[in-house]
Amino acid sequence: MNSPESSLYEDAFKRLFSNKLSLFSFIFISFISLLAILTPLIAPYDYAYQDLDLGPSGPSKAHWMGTDVLGRDLFTRILYGSRISLMVGFLATVVALFIGVIWGTVAGYAGGKTDTIMMRIVDAMYGVPFIILIILLMVIFGRNLILLFVAIGAVEWLTMSRIVRSQVRSLSQQEFVLAAKAMGVSRIDIIFRHLIPNTVGPVIVYATLTVPQIMLLEAFLSFLGLGVQAPMSSWGILIRDGAVSMEEYWWLLVFPSILFSLTLYSLNFIGDGLRDALDPRTM
Amino acid sequence: MISLIFRRFLAALPVLLIVVTITFFMVHSAPGGPFDADKAVSKEVLEQLNERYNLNEPVWKQYFIYLSNVVQGDFGPSFRYPSRSVTELILTGLPITFELALYSIIFAVFLGVSAGLISGLKPNTSYDYIPMTIAMAGICIPSIILGPSLSLIFGITLQWVPVSGWGDIPGDKILPVITLGTAYAAYCARLTRGGMLEILNQDFIRTARAKGLSETRVVLVHALRGGLTPVVAFLGPAMAGLLAGSFVVETVFGIPGLGRFYVEAAFNRDYTMILGTTIFFSSLIILFNLLADVIASALNPKLR
Repeated sequence: MNSPESSLYEDAFKRLFSNKLSLFSFIFISFISLLAILTPLIAPYDYAYQDLDLGPSGPSKAHWMGTDVLGRDLFTRILYGSRISLMVGFLATVVALFIGVIWGTVAGYAGGKTDTIMMRIVDAMYGVPFIILIILLMVIFGRNLILLFVAIGAVEWLTMSRIVRSQVRSLSQQEFVLAAKAMGVSRIDIIFRHLIPNTVGPVIVYATLTVPQIMLLEAFLSFLGLGVQAPMSSWGILIRDGAVSMEEYWWLLVFPSILFSLTLYSLNFIGDGLRDALDPRTM
Repeated sequence: MISLIFRRFLAALPVLLIVVTITFFMVHSAPGGPFDADKAVSKEVLEQLNERYNLNEPVWKQYFIYLSNVVQGDFGPSFRYPSRSVTELILTGLPITFELALYSIIFAVFLGVSAGLISGLKPNTSYDYIPMTIAMAGICIPSIILGPSLSLIFGITLQWVPVSGWGDIPGDKILPVITLGTAYAAYCARLTRGGMLEILNQDFIRTARAKGLSETRVVLVHALRGGLTPVVAFLGPAMAGLLAGSFVVETVFGIPGLGRFYVEAAFNRDYTMILGTTIFFSSLIILFNLLADVIASALNPKLR
């Protein structure tokens, strides 16, 4: 089925998109991300603008997802919320990627005692209940967005480093790395030119699955009132506000919930699809 | 086996000590003292309070005082409710949270393993796709959405079950348990399916079948033992998630458990209570990880 020219990744994407659900998920995520990026241009209202005379109103032509208790347009707030949720999800994943890949590569390539010590540290950190520490961090140092995704990213790198390490360990035994060593290529070059690019597959898969986890964590913190501060919105805050007033104003819970669930579903589906697509053994 | 438990236990102790230390110094470096909010407090009273909570001592001394108290099971008095000790508050909330977590995990394992078995035994049929699609949905609908939605549909609109409380009205435990358990049921289902798929292809299963054992015996006795290893390994970390999930579920359903105490303490800046609950939660989680480790290696000798 492979034409000789097509690379692993072309094949993988072909396989990924031959699945209708994966394709739909991918389009959906691209669409949501685009909306999030363009929010300041397309949002019909200001996210903090209150129409107190109007108050809570159901979906209508002017506010097609309705307005909240303070008369703020729900659609606008969902758009701005998507910016926070997606940004935290993606940026924290980048932080996790950065630490995890470097840590894992160094441990895997160095081997021996260095490897043992570095991986023991990772093992020990697995036992630490980070979610509780993150809550603590938010309580003590205020609801600082940058702190939030650095903290989350600093936690989520553990699994990443394990994945990368095992990849690098098996790669560094292979002929092309030995050949590079024999030719006198420097360690740094071997790591960055030969090892890291070859770990990309599993790393992409894990990163795709990390984004929804982190978004969930952010929503969870916001739901408890520990995320971003009002009047800024995030999906967690919108869902909490919706849950508070769901008895009278169902739309406040329903719209943010549907969007958030669909986003999580799509990201998980892309991650699963990518894993199957990049790992031909499972085919 | 005993030496394994002992080794793991020894490895867990420094982790716990590090958590206690980080938490202690984080809480102490927090801007704003615990008594700032009550500006009406006179200087004398403030001094008395500082005296009582050892706040006048240097931080490192406070740390060692606290540490030696914690080892004796004394987390000190609550800043917010000075008449009650943190240990007392923890012991009030713990049984409720523990009951909630226990029911949820039973619900999750029972539902998840059954669904995963059905999928794993008939892969790539509709017996596989339907439970797995539902499981995926279960993972993607977080408790912050599931809780309010369930209580809106089954509690408020249909009026089938009560939407708040714990053990006050019959049936009020149903929604919290489902809310907390669903995501874990979904993970259990996926892990069981994966585990079964891997095991069923192995030689010893073929041998068992060739011996002429009944399919039920092959699946339930021979395959399930190995197939459940990932589920067991998952249960330790799952407990951590369950405890954290209890924060949300207890808030949504108004359950007076430890999770809600923790969130309240976080809001009130009840420092001793935050410290106490964090240390307590951490020890629980580390303990459960340890337990899961030991059970997993009992099931699979290769891990020893």
